[in-house]
Amino acid sequence: MAEMWINMGPQHPMTHGLWNLRVKVDGETITDAEPVIGYLHRGWEKMVENRKYPQIIPMADRLCYGSSFTWSHVYCMAVENLMGLEVPERAKWIRAMSDELQRIGNHLMWLAAIGPDLGNLTIFLYAIREREMFLDLFQSLCGARMTYNYCRIGGVRNAAPPNWERDVLRTLDYFEKRIDEYEDLVDRNKVFRMRMEGLAPMSGKDAINLGITGPVLRASGVKYDVRHNDPYEIYDEVDWHMCTADEGDTYARYRVRMDEMRMSVQIVRDILKKMPKDGPIRVKPPRNAPVGTGFARMEDPRGESLIYVVGKGDDEPYRLKVRSPLYVILSATPLLLRGHKVADVPSILGMIDVCMGETDR
Amino acid sequence: MEDNVTYTVEQVKSRISEAFPTAVKFESKVKPRRLFMTADKGSLLKLCMFMKDQLGFNQCSLVTGVDWCDRMQVVYHLTSYSSNITAEIVVDIPRDNPEIDSITPLWGGANWHEREAYDMFGIVFKDHPKMERLLLPADYTFFPLRKDCKTGGP
Repeated sequence: MAEMWINMGPQHPMTHGLWNLRVKVDGETITDAEPVIGYLHRGWEKMVENRKYPQIIPMADRLCYGSSFTWSHVYCMAVENLMGLEVPERAKWIRAMSDELQRIGNHLMWLAAIGPDLGNLTIFLYAIREREMFLDLFQSLCGARMTYNYCRIGGVRNAAPPNWERDVLRTLDYFEKRIDEYEDLVDRNKVFRMRMEGLAPMSGKDAINLGITGPVLRASGVKYDVRHNDPYEIYDEVDWHMCTADEGDTYARYRVRMDEMRMSVQIVRDILKKMPKDGPIRVKPPRNAPVGTGFARMEDPRGESLIYVVGKGDDEPYRLKVRSPLYVILSATPLLLRGHKVADVPSILGMIDVCMGETDR
Repeated sequence: MEDNVTYTVEQVKSRISEAFPTAVKFESKVKPRRLFMTADKGSLLKLCMFMKDQLGFNQCSLVTGVDWCDRMQVVYHLTSYSSNITAEIVVDIPRDNPEIDSITPLWGGANWHEREAYDMFGIVFKDHPKMERLLLPADYTFFPLRKDCKTGGP
């Protein structure tokens, strides 16, 4: 049969955002693929060159609405690195705690997205329901559900509200039981398993070379997590371990993310136990950054995010570059897709958790 | 490739300065698990090959273009998973002829970063498999992140 190119997107239920996946098919088999991005490009990196440093924090939030705290966090860390600021101890713990709550929220959003992709609407409703509880936590912490504007250069905006610890522990206790329920729905569902197991395997060596990071990398058996290998904030003092899987297939990517949700629950509990209860939460940053460069990297829910910032002695960054984990993972999708069927595309791409806001910037 | 050998920052530094005595200069900034250096345009590819094959830098995190008005700059962030070191390599290239060797043949992860640097700055990466615009439409004639590209209204 003659080969042909077909477009999946820019408007397609599989894409979860505005982008176009062109696949070359021979009958039902994909022989080549080409992701076309740029539909959501809004010139973020040019825009921030005309903004003051603190004005960029809410803009960094909007890189990805699913994990906005982690993006403002990595931005603040990069600027602190440039300015040579040391963050107060208590702010570090609050930041790490928010990171982990954000990770759970983001993974729940991913779970909600893959449910309908693989033909199960129930899991969508369940995951969105529990995600709402974490958004409520964030609302009591910083007054917003999704774009928080909470992280500050030199600390965080405010301390946790009264009864915060009680509320978080209550939510986590409830949520932990719910994870078992999700696993009953997915792991014991033959249709789900058939659509994931053995699909699109990737070796660890390939994954490293292609720059793939985060849960997708760890599902290929590579033990690398920025929180562990290049610890920032207080991750070297918390009791946790990395979640990995050896199979490298789509099901392993699903497993790693589910395990990470459990691990985040454990990390938040440990942080609440060890966190200093009083002390400063913020230092005053200088208005102008020095001439020089700074960069910070962290473990975003989707992988390694890195921000490189060049200061020129005034109050605006000269250049700010974002490494989005999804941007790099999307560049590797042709390798993941080749040789599989068109019907497997939603399953393969669902497991990399596409977010176009941070990809196109 | 030596996958499981770990090096300290000092060992990496001395190995590189042995192999590239003149082309590579180290910056005085010292931070744990970080390495800062500047390299010549001509020796970049050799340096990258050396770091990948001999020192276990197996991932390319980021390729950035910077426009300094009198020159262009390409900044590489390379990571070694076994030694937990991130190296920052800064390379200056002339602004009227911004060309540099591509490192995509070494690390597939650099592919789209290099295309984006071409897209935004017009930096041409030689031997890149597909040096085309990525985020912007193919018929654009300007490079928006250059400093002489004005933003805002007329």
